[in-house]
Amino acid sequence: MDDRTPMVDELEKGPWPSYVKELKRAAKKHDSVKDLIKVQERSFERKMTQWKHGGIVGVKGYGGGVIGRYVQDPKEFPNVAAFHTLRVNHPSGWFYDTKALRTICDIWDKHGSGMTNFHGSTGDIILLGCTSEELQPTFDELSEHGFDLGGSGSDLRTPTGCVGPGRCEWACFDTLGLIYDITKTFQSELHRPPFPYKTKIKASGCPNDCVAAIARSDFSIIGTWRDRLRIDQDAVKKYAESGFDIQHLVVAKCPTEAIEMVKGKLELTHPDDCVRCMHCINLMPKAIRPGVDTGATILVGAKAPVIHGAVLSSVLIPFVKVQPPYTEIKQLWEKIVEWWDENGKARERLAELIDRMGMPAFLKAIDVEPCPQMIYTPRANPYYFWDTAEVKK
Amino acid sequence: MCPTDIGPPNYMTMLPDVIKKNYGKWKYHEILKPGVMKHVSESGDALYTVRAGSPKLVSTDFIRDLCNIADRYCDGHLRFTSRYNPEFLTPKEDNVEPIIKELNKLGLPVGGTGSGPGACLSNVIHTQGWIHCHGAASDASGIVKAMMDELYDYFVGKKILPAKMRLSLACCINMCGAIHASDLAVVGMHTKVPKIDHEKMHAMCEIPTVAASCPTKAIRRHPDANIKSVVVDETKCMYCGNCFTVCPAMPLANAEGDGVAIFVGGKVSNARKPPMLSRVVVPFLPNNPPRWPEVVNTVKHIVEVYVDNARWGERMGEWIQRVGWERFFTLTGLPFPVQLIDDYECARETFRSTTQFKWT
Repeated sequence: MDDRTPMVDELEKGPWPSYVKELKRAAKKHDSVKDLIKVQERSFERKMTQWKHGGIVGVKGYGGGVIGRYVQDPKEFPNVAAFHTLRVNHPSGWFYDTKALRTICDIWDKHGSGMTNFHGSTGDIILLGCTSEELQPTFDELSEHGFDLGGSGSDLRTPTGCVGPGRCEWACFDTLGLIYDITKTFQSELHRPPFPYKTKIKASGCPNDCVAAIARSDFSIIGTWRDRLRIDQDAVKKYAESGFDIQHLVVAKCPTEAIEMVKGKLELTHPDDCVRCMHCINLMPKAIRPGVDTGATILVGAKAPVIHGAVLSSVLIPFVKVQPPYTEIKQLWEKIVEWWDENGKARERLAELIDRMGMPAFLKAIDVEPCPQMIYTPRANPYYFWDTAEVKK
Repeated sequence: MCPTDIGPPNYMTMLPDVIKKNYGKWKYHEILKPGVMKHVSESGDALYTVRAGSPKLVSTDFIRDLCNIADRYCDGHLRFTSRYNPEFLTPKEDNVEPIIKELNKLGLPVGGTGSGPGACLSNVIHTQGWIHCHGAASDASGIVKAMMDELYDYFVGKKILPAKMRLSLACCINMCGAIHASDLAVVGMHTKVPKIDHEKMHAMCEIPTVAASCPTKAIRRHPDANIKSVVVDETKCMYCGNCFTVCPAMPLANAEGDGVAIFVGGKVSNARKPPMLSRVVVPFLPNNPPRWPEVVNTVKHIVEVYVDNARWGERMGEWIQRVGWERFFTLTGLPFPVQLIDDYECARETFRSTTQFKWT
């Protein structure tokens, strides 16, 4: 068989770090990666994936965490005949010490392909490629060293948070602490899929939303504050003196015209109009800071297109304080998934269930009062329902 | 028996001392140069961060290389960002240049910082593609490498952007990642109806699940009761591949029919305008491995038109909202085929119910 891989080799060139170089490094130690490179070349030649559909494998006690994969032509590529992925739950904020990382690398070189993703989109460490027999021993050894699997299937997927108070002056709550606590609290829902479909939780410390919670989680927790921006006029002065164009870059771009330059000072002249979009803070981090009465807005429903179209999360709870042991947030999530679990069809995400049964029915079921912050605009059609019990006979 | 349900390691055990000490007490930050940030705490302590690019699909030796740098300069700690970039954190300013030197020695670019005017391009969020997925209509790692080679100068800050620009890629319309809310996104697309394997169908698939998987209700039970399978109304099928996701007997990958679409104008942050969904502007470009020249050239062209035309501080979607979609197509010179007009649920919301528009 021709072992040359000219098309794949082409991607070793160029300035951006090459995944092909990484494949070749791993191939020196692992025959499976030698075959993986050939499989990649074959897909380039045929312009098609070379992996068989699906694959159901796992470890004892869990229903998720492993993605099974088999190559279409195992005779030609025997070392990737079975080439499964393990998802390993990352520490909050993707902070590591090198001892932990080296341990994972050693375990993976011993049992798997030596190829990884740092990280998968949901946040997990992806250990890419091992045989069915190696799954349990890999898991056992990871677990001995303090690492557990992440989620897959119709379960709570691995929760993720932004860097938060670890290294950001805008964090309105402890994203790392909340995500760690939630992950530990809902271990069973994460490892043993109990739901109609997948569900995801993400936490961002402020409305900049650095983990894209509003787009990529069914339950999005986004930091905010209830009082006023804090403005340091000395620092404002320094920005102005440095030639920074406060009027055009900050004042003119405020979406609600809440902030203005008044006699050389930057004032929040209309504090009730501020929608906490972060723009002025982002551009003048030395001069403007979020308020001190901080908490989070909870939004629900984000998902990708399948089946009824892509959805961004929408406001459910305008403000909640976020403090350990996070009881209010955890109870809210439990109430929501209970309703979804009871009413959701197979493979129906939360947003699709809300759309099918109606936001009013959802709010009633989870006992949340409606408020105008939930909508951009009231409905234009007159087709609304009344509860017969509420209408006078 | 090893313990189960232990969860991830406690993040507190993974934090460097300077972060433990100043946790939640950060006061402000500044970007010293592309890829280098300084955070200052209420206590006066400073923390320097060096951010590097990564191909995400990496070997254990790559991780060990990073560990060597972290051991030497960062007291054995490092982190990764939500866009796959490794970050090296140190309280010592003197360590910054040596870290950069070590990273460059490994062939890793330093950059990817900034969100306002003058921002760098950060890493490309992407998926498995032909490396590991059965449903991929296109590759992931290959196209990302080809695009980033071309856009490299924007990552390292040799060229700068009017504002943050998030580039992402998904190898099928499942859109794993943040594709539906990115400034510029590449999405794998099929253009042929599934081929049904009637022999395998009853053995491998649950027919009601297959029928329910179709967004356009193109799938129904086979009219012949003796054939335990389904039929597809080809006039209703738009090749999403969701039936294949739930049923191996309905493959639709096709060498010539598969390719990618380009989406633009999405964002997740709330700064200025609310978050926006990305919109299709190029319905199909062919798969042309290993360098995907049609895709790379189109993406680069859109980036350049945006850089030349957007106002300082304006993201892709904000720029397009201001000038109007008709101007976007004029300025980019992209054709406007009928596929760009929505005909799915709630399509009418995307039609123009005003006489306000520009001549092109």
